Amino acid sequence: MLGRQTMDHEHLASLYRQMLLIRRLEEEAARAYAMGKIGGFLHLYIGQEAVGVGACATLTRDDYVVTTYRDHGIAIAKGMAPGAMMAELYGKATGCSGGLGGSMHMFDKPNNMLGGHGIIGGHIPLGVGAAFASKYNKDGRVTLCFFGDGAVSIQGFHEGVSLAALWKLPIVFICENNEYSMGTPLSRTLSQTDVSLKAVGYGIPHDRFFATDVLEVEQRIGQAVERARNESMPTLVEVRTYRFRGHSMSDPGKYRTAAELEEQKQKDPLIQARLKLELGWDAAKLAALEASVEAEVEAAVKFAEDSPEPDASVLEPTTYDGPFAS
Amino acid sequence: MRTLRYREALREAMIEEMERDRTVFLMGEEVGYYNGAYKVSEGMLEKFGPERVVDAPIAEGGFAGLGVGAAMVGLRPIIEFMTWNFSAIAFDQILNNAAKIRQMSGGQYNCPIVFRGPNASAKQVGSQHSHAMEHFYAQVPGLKVVAPAFPADAKGLMKAAIRDDNPVLVMESETLYSIKGEVPDDLDVVPFGRAQIVRPGSQATIVAYSRMTHVALDAAAALEKEGISVEVLDLRSLRPLDEDTIVASVKKTHRCVVVHEGWPYGGVGAEISDRVQRLAFDWLDAPVLRVTTRDVPMPYNAKLEQYCMPQVDRVIAAVRRAVHRSA
Repeated sequence: MLGRQTMDHEHLASLYRQMLLIRRLEEEAARAYAMGKIGGFLHLYIGQEAVGVGACATLTRDDYVVTTYRDHGIAIAKGMAPGAMMAELYGKATGCSGGLGGSMHMFDKPNNMLGGHGIIGGHIPLGVGAAFASKYNKDGRVTLCFFGDGAVSIQGFHEGVSLAALWKLPIVFICENNEYSMGTPLSRTLSQTDVSLKAVGYGIPHDRFFATDVLEVEQRIGQAVERARNESMPTLVEVRTYRFRGHSMSDPGKYRTAAELEEQKQKDPLIQARLKLELGWDAAKLAALEASVEAEVEAAVKFAEDSPEPDASVLEPTTYDGPFAS
Repeated sequence: MRTLRYREALREAMIEEMERDRTVFLMGEEVGYYNGAYKVSEGMLEKFGPERVVDAPIAEGGFAGLGVGAAMVGLRPIIEFMTWNFSAIAFDQILNNAAKIRQMSGGQYNCPIVFRGPNASAKQVGSQHSHAMEHFYAQVPGLKVVAPAFPADAKGLMKAAIRDDNPVLVMESETLYSIKGEVPDDLDVVPFGRAQIVRPGSQATIVAYSRMTHVALDAAAALEKEGISVEVLDLRSLRPLDEDTIVASVKKTHRCVVVHEGWPYGGVGAEISDRVQRLAFDWLDAPVLRVTTRDVPMPYNAKLEQYCMPQVDRVIAAVRRAVHRSA
């Protein structure tokens, strides 16, 4: 970990760029949703960008990532092209999942993004399976498995962590604790609100910290990734974060006060990263970086707008590999 | 040609496929050191070691999901459920993940996984341990479901299941594990979607699978003595379903009785009834009849259990009804 004095600003700038890209893509997605161009559910990652960006910065392309339905940002952090993400939201054939998955199902095989998943906790055993395969094949890969604090009460979390701990699989469980499982605060869903302590019962290491500083996220997750890669030991990491938008687009957020939201926005990790760059990096470079993000977002939206819709002919071949079984 | 028990045929299929493909592994409760709750995997731990014959804790949702994840990234898991009843715990993994990964990912990820174990009634094990789960699963696009009745098909369908690039559910039967049958020495895979005429006949068709194929054969033998010639089709594969063979047989016999375990509301029998009336309507001389488990949870009491399960006499009565209607 580079201390603040010797901070590598180029590196911070690259993380800031990803966070800004995600923020701006999500804002454009919200806009398109309001215009009726995106259907279904839309769970935005705004406010939580530092978690996905800091965590994925510790990985190689070969490493696996799997997450819940709040998945756009993590998919981008794992290397997905913004156009493929936006086109998927638009339900277009050029989307990462061909327009068949939508917001909750961002898959990207070349980048080993094992998807966003719509059933709370159901994807956690999948991540454990990817890690099982890595140990079976001795391929040295690590799996990051993200989920929300709302997933901590369900079977998939407990059985997944239990199996990974039992068989010492190379995986990092990352609980993105944004304080609310939909509209219910942690204090009303968990008897023990320190989620990281769930690791104690499974006999694996744990960590817990706030995601205010993307570099700290990178450093702390990095320790767990090294533990997974070098010792094949899983870790449960609770990263405390906050979403600035509702659970989904239909959520008016009446379960929290405007003051609480405003207080959290003051700690916005994106702004924190930018402040550091303003102080210690080249202003012209920062302006150019932000302009390039704007251009990339604009191109992604245009790509989504201009892309064709999928044809019904894709339905059967994507249901089965080989002849349709009916 | 050798004579093998049903469980030996299943084991031989798994061993042969694990020998030819290192990515195949077996995971489930008691599959290793205990040698399998029903001894299907007997000796496999010794042969392949604990990395490939993996004893799992009692966590069906966890290890079924683990299998799906491992399959997504290139392994070919065989996940044993001690019985299919317990797959209800893993239903979310099978329905939402195994069956849908390929579609949700726009065809990027496959899920080449086998889920297997004994299905339907055993003997006096009560309502929670007697489910015929194939009806739930055969409804789901993205899954394939097979249910062998004989050792040779058990081996050939299991080998095909392991090599298939889609999720395949193999419905075995506790009450068939010990039956013997001839298995060709050179048997490779038995392809899915091909029913087998296990007894030719001319006046009625009985469509069955798994243990009910044997019940249907007993019924057909009895009916022959009263002069009714019955053709028995063993489906072997429920999804894909061999519609052509069913329809061709019904066009010949003009009558159809479907026999399966599991409840009458919906299910495989209802699906077959629909297809037969749509595709062979003008050839039918009687309504398509079904003989199923009665529409109640399975009772423990031995007599009541037998009363609820499809029996030879109920099959005979159904065939008589179909035949005499037009006689």
